[in-house]
Amino acid sequence: MSVLDWTKDGDGIVYQACGNCQAIWYFQRNFCPKCGTSAPATLQASGQGTVHARTLVARAPTQEWRAHAPYLIVLVEADEGFRLMAHGDAALQIGDRVLARFAQLAGRKIPYFEKVTG
Amino acid sequence: MVTFVTLKGFPLSFITGVGLTPYGKLPGRSTLDLMSEAATAALADAQLERRDIDGLVCGYSTTMPHLMLSTVFAEHFGLTPEYAHAIQLGGATGFAMAMLAHHLVESGVARNILVVAGENRLTGQSRDSAIQTLAQVGHPVYEVPLGATIPAYYGLLASRYMLEYGTTEADLAELAVLMRKHAGMHPGAQFREPITVGDVLGSKPIASPLKLLDCCPVSDGGAAVVVSRARGSDFAVRIRGSGQAHTHQHISAAPSLTHFGAAASVETARAAAGIRLAEINYAAIYDSFTITLTILLEEIGLAPRGGAGRQAREGHFNHDGKMPLNTHGGLLSYGHCGVGGAMAHLVEAHRQLTNRAQNRQASNASLALLHGDGGVLSSHVSLILEAAA
Repeated sequence: MSVLDWTKDGDGIVYQACGNCQAIWYFQRNFCPKCGTSAPATLQASGQGTVHARTLVARAPTQEWRAHAPYLIVLVEADEGFRLMAHGDAALQIGDRVLARFAQLAGRKIPYFEKVTG
Repeated sequence: MVTFVTLKGFPLSFITGVGLTPYGKLPGRSTLDLMSEAATAALADAQLERRDIDGLVCGYSTTMPHLMLSTVFAEHFGLTPEYAHAIQLGGATGFAMAMLAHHLVESGVARNILVVAGENRLTGQSRDSAIQTLAQVGHPVYEVPLGATIPAYYGLLASRYMLEYGTTEADLAELAVLMRKHAGMHPGAQFREPITVGDVLGSKPIASPLKLLDCCPVSDGGAAVVVSRARGSDFAVRIRGSGQAHTHQHISAAPSLTHFGAAASVETARAAAGIRLAEINYAAIYDSFTITLTILLEEIGLAPRGGAGRQAREGHFNHDGKMPLNTHGGLLSYGHCGVGGAMAHLVEAHRQLTNRAQNRQASNASLALLHGDGGVLSSHVSLILEAAA
């Protein structure tokens, strides 16, 4: 079963889990960084989480990104237990419950979090 | 091999000389020019000749990437060392080089090691190029493609840290004001005009909560020290202890945004030196951003959690305060030329401990704690220096 991965232009967020020590992590590799067990599970995340940190970027690094500034970069604590960097609605605050959608920005696909209401 | 130790059993190495160029806009000077200028000054200060240098440790230069910067420099400057290489640890490189030299001297690999850095980071490339190069400490797949920058990584951890400990943007600003005040007393500093908390708060937004004056500048400059087995020169400072801690590289993988490796690194250095933190009377702490300095001071224990800004406002960290801090103006105002950035902290600590800091001289600087970080509070290196009275 294939997963959807925004870093490969898919509309999804992927994480990995170790079948041996139950470690959960985000940056993909073919072994568990905690216990070394090979062939970890590669799983589709729900896209739900909580804003852990936020910064509104005014000084963009490139001409391409300058067109979108200011933009909000967030670290989101995913419900599955890993943390990821993404974009988000500028009004997001730390502690907000959020859900990811996927947007085309500066020529690439990125995860973009919006506040879950109600 | 004979291992020289002090009476108390501590390994023996001395910083016997230092050299520092002014930082700022130094057009027309290359990486090798700036390294050479600083090295020349450090050798003169150590009362050594080129032939006395049998070890060379250098860092890297983003304007002059090279596989073998140490031997490029050795050839250029006229050294034929028995030991040489470059190391890379981001902002922590300068203190890591000094730590390495300390251990090399201690273990008998070399007698006099030149530790040198320099880069024309400001005039040697475009501003965009500098920002993009530096952003590469971020993850190439999961972070950099999001348009993240170094200030953005630090803005993220600032947002979390400030929420947890009640730090305000005005608290952060106090540290920028302090560094500028100190820089005003140093003729080599890049920015010397006094600033106010209002100036910092009103400066151009970069990556919230960080504004332009919360961020260190990009500079040209060079710095060098000589680490020796023998006390030799008239101005020697003993390296008493050192330590490191590395918890992550990328902020997305940081175990915490409120607790980093600084405390563990300082504890290793403190234990190696056999001193108590309360005995420290000069501090040289990495200040790439006001939030960096705030977190490091508070995690190390030189300020209470949430209290660094208040202490700065009250004069605690002034050159004539209880804990003189970065009396040259730090990265925030003396300037930041890459590897040389933290080396300037080291040079200033040396000058304080040898009573040569002139109008910035602290009244009783005899034991200094130096702490630097690389990446996004990822890599930590600590040094404890003692006046060799």
